[in-house]
Amino acid sequence: MMPDFLAERWALLAPDLQSLIIVTLQIVGVLLAVVVAVAMLTLAERKVIGYMQLRRGPNRIEIFGLPFLRGLAQPFADVIKLLLKEIIVPGHASRFLFLLAPLIVLVPALATWAVIPFSPEFVLADVDAGLLYVLALTSLGVYGVILAGWASNSKYAFLGAMRSAAQMVAYEIAMGFALVGVLMAAGSLNLGAIVRAQEGGFASWNVWWLFPLFLVYFVSGLAETNRAPFDVAEGESEIVAGFHVEYSGAAFATLFVLPEYANMILISALTSVLFFGGWLSPFQGYAADAAWYSAPSFFWLFLKIGCFLFVFLWVRATFPRYRYDQIMRLGWKVLIPITLLWIAVESVLAWRGIGPWAA
Amino acid sequence: MLVAILFWAFSAVLVGAALGVILARNAVHSVLFLVLCFFNAAVLWLLIEAEFLAIVLVLVYVGAVMVLFLFVVMMLDVDIEALREGFARNAPLGALIALIVVVELAYVLWVRRLGVELPGETAPLAQGASNTAEIGAVLYTQYAYPFQLAAMVLLIAIVAAISLTMRRRPGLKAQDVSRQVSVDPAERVRLVSMPPEREP
Amino acid sequence: MDVMPMILTMADVMPAAAEIFVAAAACVLLLVDALGGGRARGLAFVLAIAALAGAAWVSSTVGTDGRTVILWGHFVADPMGTVLKLFSYGAAALTLLYSREYLERRDLLKGEYLVLALCAVLGIQVIVSAGSFLSLYLGIEIMSLSLYAMVAFDRDDGVAAESAMKYFVLGAIASGALLYGISILYGVTGTFLIDGVAFAVAQGRAPDIGLLLGIAFIVVGVAFKFGAVPFHMWLPDVYHGAPTPVTLFVGSAPKIASFALAMRVLAEGLGGALDAWQDMLVVLAALSMAVGNLVAIAQTNIKRMLAYSTISHVGFILLGILAGNAAGYRAALFYTLTYVIMTTAAFGVVLWYSRKGFEADALDDYKGLNRRHPWFAFVMLLVMFGLAGVPPTVGFWAKLQVIAAVLDVRLTWLAAFAVLMSVIGAYYYLRVVKLMYFDEPVTAGQDESRFAVRLVLSLNGLAILALGLFPGYLLRLCEQVLR
Repeated sequence: MMPDFLAERWALLAPDLQSLIIVTLQIVGVLLAVVVAVAMLTLAERKVIGYMQLRRGPNRIEIFGLPFLRGLAQPFADVIKLLLKEIIVPGHASRFLFLLAPLIVLVPALATWAVIPFSPEFVLADVDAGLLYVLALTSLGVYGVILAGWASNSKYAFLGAMRSAAQMVAYEIAMGFALVGVLMAAGSLNLGAIVRAQEGGFASWNVWWLFPLFLVYFVSGLAETNRAPFDVAEGESEIVAGFHVEYSGAAFATLFVLPEYANMILISALTSVLFFGGWLSPFQGYAADAAWYSAPSFFWLFLKIGCFLFVFLWVRATFPRYRYDQIMRLGWKVLIPITLLWIAVESVLAWRGIGPWAA
Repeated sequence: MLVAILFWAFSAVLVGAALGVILARNAVHSVLFLVLCFFNAAVLWLLIEAEFLAIVLVLVYVGAVMVLFLFVVMMLDVDIEALREGFARNAPLGALIALIVVVELAYVLWVRRLGVELPGETAPLAQGASNTAEIGAVLYTQYAYPFQLAAMVLLIAIVAAISLTMRRRPGLKAQDVSRQVSVDPAERVRLVSMPPEREP
Repeated sequence: MDVMPMILTMADVMPAAAEIFVAAAACVLLLVDALGGGRARGLAFVLAIAALAGAAWVSSTVGTDGRTVILWGHFVADPMGTVLKLFSYGAAALTLLYSREYLERRDLLKGEYLVLALCAVLGIQVIVSAGSFLSLYLGIEIMSLSLYAMVAFDRDDGVAAESAMKYFVLGAIASGALLYGISILYGVTGTFLIDGVAFAVAQGRAPDIGLLLGIAFIVVGVAFKFGAVPFHMWLPDVYHGAPTPVTLFVGSAPKIASFALAMRVLAEGLGGALDAWQDMLVVLAALSMAVGNLVAIAQTNIKRMLAYSTISHVGFILLGILAGNAAGYRAALFYTLTYVIMTTAAFGVVLWYSRKGFEADALDDYKGLNRRHPWFAFVMLLVMFGLAGVPPTVGFWAKLQVIAAVLDVRLTWLAAFAVLMSVIGAYYYLRVVKLMYFDEPVTAGQDESRFAVRLVLSLNGLAILALGLFPGYLLRLCEQVLR
């Protein structure tokens, strides 16, 4: 692995320092992976939606002149463009908050990755209350949106912020209740333990017994990430671009592009972990344990994440935007009652020892 | 040592943010300072290994309650200067009451130090013991009754809030979904068969 | 104290069956109202009354002679609790019965109103059976929140909204004071349990100054809830501003809760520190009697007048409690129960007399009532005699008991003051009688009430006289439940 002279120096370091360096490297690795994935996802979105709408999507900027990878470098070109642009702070804006807001959106979107278990061995922080941590952090992103809207000193931005606040509060409740169902099934708040509770092939995944909760969670996830058809906070045809109308350049990139897509990947990852057995193989128990395709590995997690990301894009290309009052109605009067009802059903199942709760 | 440094640092920020809440000239800034307060309080809890309480504090207060606060404060556009008009006049009285409370608190703390045996150093949780499970075990046994009562308080708050705010006002443009669904085309559309105006 | 997880069985929670029943009934009522819409109003009303009757049945079935502590000390079942609960069901049921027509005429009889009323009863039950400061506080919040909402229930009435706001803000301050006192008490004794606090106080483990501070704040909280001077500011406004049925509700059953609150906290928890709170209560009682009786004279609105009369009666109840011995507590219990009977009848008449667009809340509205409705003028006469403490009504016995209790502990001046104040108080009660019997009628009265309401109201009024002629049963009951 390491050259000898490096290994010697390494052994000299204090154990604390060693683990600090290792953890830092791991964090950097995960963040880099997320950022690269975000870049690729923006491209994938434009491509997928393009093909769904019978056009090609970006196909000009190429790497190394390879014809079949045309368009692959598009996201990097976009990033360079955005970083080079000037950040304009509107007149009479609250400057400090205006610049702070993008960071407030960004930090939770990235920090949540700390508790996502990528494989049986690899998770950055094996926190006992991991699920709560996820919920707490995902609820923070809304501050960035509200502050961005308020600090911009612009009517459209402010309207976007108000919409976003109301929407987040409504859907967070449904999301939280859906997660309550998951932790009732797993008996733990630790994400790794939740995955392990679903061992035994695809038939023992949570999604079957918790199907309504899965739907609610995914729909709430769409709403929490402000994705279509719940993108009223942005609503470009009604309020121009909502909360980020006044942002430009790097602030726009960090406020809007990076967190939104990072959150999409996060919601997909969480859906996989909570309902689809995370890094577990669907063929586990149906094939020899030694077979590569029945062993748990991060490959399966990434495959599942990819599927859900495709659904995100698919939904965006398919559905028109909800009207604001319809969003409120769906959140409060449909999703929350469904979750409440299903939690009651689940407790009866658990009490009588039916299904996954059979001792 | 590290914990002590962190404790003092976060406590200092906490106190500073609390002062910011009452001294900020803009109501939105006050709310944001309060958010900062909650965060630092959560960190203090983390330092004593009460991670469940810390995360729940962030989840409930920062994630939900303060968002609503912010929503309301932004909507209402509170003019804090107007609210402060009588401040100088009542300040001496307020200061007096604050002083009394501080003296009382100090006295109680001091008396405790002298008179009552403190619960002593709390033993750290055993390795592997889950903070969340421990709280759950106490909450659903020893404090099951108060816990249920608190649930009733919340239920009443919901019923009261809804019954006081929700009422049918005339002229409201909200859509009635069940009416929309149950519309009969025959009532709305009249199909008329007309002869073409001019023979081709 | 066992912290190990264990499963509660039905037998463990059996003494709390009445609380569980009322909470479940409130939820059922909520569902019936939500699913039934406007059609289920009548059904909801019947269900609410049935729930109270059912609760009475459950309470009397599970009630025991001894004292049972369950749920890790948070819940206490004892004979005093059973009696207080039964009386609060009765008061609440009477209140709902008297209010029905008033509410229907003003389109206020909604399912939520009944749910809130049941929840208030639940809060009273919890306070009455509280074994720890935690459940006591939560009970107070359950009751108060319901009452705040009920006061504001008539959305289009600005005065009601204002009084609800005052009630809410002052009630929150009172809760704060109480909570602050509880936390200090927890600090010096290390326990939330009332028995635990009593034990610590008896052992002398609690340092005096800390205990005194805690008691001071707790007494402030209790006085707020009672409406004792100088913490009475909310009471006249709430009585005046709230819709009359709500005034009746606030004025009747919650007084039982206030008495229970004082008994649980002061008598049971802090009985060992009688010296500390007796003087505070002396001041509160004397001021309440003075302010209540003197200010009531100047009122022209009967609801406001009855509010000040309530304040003065609170002073009398406090007289019994501050005696700090069994006889005193017994007298206070007797006074509370009879006061609830009388005040229910008083507002019952006001509700019976009002109709759409006519609140019947001005004193002048009662001029010449005898001409038009001699029977209910007589009921009102009984009520006024009872409140004034004129023999042979039960009010006389109540006043006699508390004054005797105060004399027992050698507070002669206070007893003399109480007698003086009740003489002054008699003036404004008898003025109502004079208006009814000797003045010419100015407003047209009505009598469209249902027969059942008239019957119950009459019985309620006659009870004041009957208990005055034969006070023995109720006195013995009070004696039994307080050992």
